[in-house]
Amino acid sequence: MQLLSKITRTVKFRRLKEKVIESFFFINGSFAVIVLVGIFSLLLIEGFPALQEIGFKEFFLSSNWNPTSPVREAYGILAMVVSTLMVTLGALIIAVPLGIACAAYLADVAGPRTREIVKPVIEILAGIPSVVVGFIGIIVVGPLLSRLFGTSHGLNALNGSLLLAVMALPTIVSISEDAIISVPREFKNASLALGATRWQTLIRVTLPSASSGIIASVMLGMGRAIGETMTVLMATGNAPALPSSFLESVRTMTATIAIELGETVQGGIHYRSLFVIGFVLFIMTFFVNLISDVILEKYQKVNR
Amino acid sequence: MKIRKRNVQQWAGFFILRLAALVIVFILVFILYDIISKGHRVISWEFLLEKPRRGMTEGGIWPAIVGTFWVSLVTIVFSVPIGMFTAIYLNEYARQGRIVRLIRLAIRNLSGVPSIVYGLFGFALFTLYLNLGLSIISTGMTLGLLTLPWTITASEEALKTVPMSYREGALALGATKWQTIRSNVLPYAVPGMLTGTILGLARAAGETAPILFTGVAFFWPILPKFPVNLTQQFMALPYHLFIMSTQHHEIVKVRPLAYGTALVLIVLIIFMNTVAVWIRYRFRKKYKRA
Repeated sequence: MQLLSKITRTVKFRRLKEKVIESFFFINGSFAVIVLVGIFSLLLIEGFPALQEIGFKEFFLSSNWNPTSPVREAYGILAMVVSTLMVTLGALIIAVPLGIACAAYLADVAGPRTREIVKPVIEILAGIPSVVVGFIGIIVVGPLLSRLFGTSHGLNALNGSLLLAVMALPTIVSISEDAIISVPREFKNASLALGATRWQTLIRVTLPSASSGIIASVMLGMGRAIGETMTVLMATGNAPALPSSFLESVRTMTATIAIELGETVQGGIHYRSLFVIGFVLFIMTFFVNLISDVILEKYQKVNR
Repeated sequence: MKIRKRNVQQWAGFFILRLAALVIVFILVFILYDIISKGHRVISWEFLLEKPRRGMTEGGIWPAIVGTFWVSLVTIVFSVPIGMFTAIYLNEYARQGRIVRLIRLAIRNLSGVPSIVYGLFGFALFTLYLNLGLSIISTGMTLGLLTLPWTITASEEALKTVPMSYREGALALGATKWQTIRSNVLPYAVPGMLTGTILGLARAAGETAPILFTGVAFFWPILPKFPVNLTQQFMALPYHLFIMSTQHHEIVKVRPLAYGTALVLIVLIIFMNTVAVWIRYRFRKKYKRA
């Protein structure tokens, strides 16, 4: 009788212990959500007072950013939003065709030995720190562009786009390749059996079937390009004005935060307005990633 | 005739694809070649093990190496346990449902948050609100948050490779869930988790934007000594490269030093990647035998 009660007690204790352990892991599991919500709310709390003071209209629609002016401080982020979008667009124009072509080559054309060489190359490229890419931008790409276009220096939007293309390429290649590889074998076989060449099959059957995965990869690459800081900070020349061509110096949202946060007074409008820029960046990348997420999820369901 | 035209078309098409792959390989080879060929000249024991001298126009990068090391250590200590436990929850305990989907959504979105935004967040939270100041610990924790999504994903991948039968065997013998995880799942998943951790760390070690505001210093020759003072400022390799290539007053004169720093940084990161891949390779081989 005594033994039985002892056993029941042990079992009860064990169950309790298991419950405690499970809740410990659950608390850890929810940490990611807490961090995401934390980032969102902290940016909002720190930034909102500035937005109230400056006013939505001026903040988002004015391109005059001059927070240290002795006469009248101006906080309009339009110029840097345009700069960010412009540099990103340029990067995508370069990286998307190159990345998709490379992915198609790896997935459909290359032999196993070539793949074994090229895949690690992509991985190493993904691992190169952005500050090193920026360094190359200053030392190699800049002088090259200035000679090519006859400008006084080569630190401009085009330079930034080229570097961002390098940063976005690994993402685009690896995710597009996954998408192309997972196109069902039967699709290709059917096309080949009808007499199409491998090239025709690739262009008319395989790539269209993988299109949602490819689009998702482009969105992810775009997210990376929008949020990239060091390369654009180092290579685009940092002129805070509305750009009119790719050969002009520009200053992106990320670069503005990097340059100016150190000089601001904590709690001041300038300081807070940088948090608003951070918030806008957060929202932009959030939606870009969300879209790619939705596409990928849908497409995984279709393929299953 | 038509067949020949199609063959030419295919040949040209494949040629373009091959060219695209070649361009990408060329980009990497060019970056590595440029940095190795110009950086190796300044590499010496003096460069690696001494402090910068004369307004950083001479001397070495030892404080930056040490700083990067300590920050990375804090990053691991902060991010690995949370990442591992989250992965254990998601893969072993959680039932599919709304909460798990929410957590996964959060993880995926965290990995897309720009690094400079982590910098803002870390600055506001750790440096100001938690009053940790400009310090190694603020920076390590900021980078810990940044690497968290990668640590979680890698740990989960590692847990997924452990066959279901290992768990079923233990459960059938009457082990509790936690006993099963501890004795039959974790030992087999740890090498995989280690790989993911090192890969995440390699990326964190090269990050510059998130550490700009949390304590990295232009010049800070005081090295942390045992017992470590984690509340002081520090130098870091990527930031050192940044100032040597953009902020220094004698930018052309210190260019060789900048190349040397870039080389050390790249070698460090490629070395960490290689170690990670090697662990994964060993682990796979061992696993096949088991």
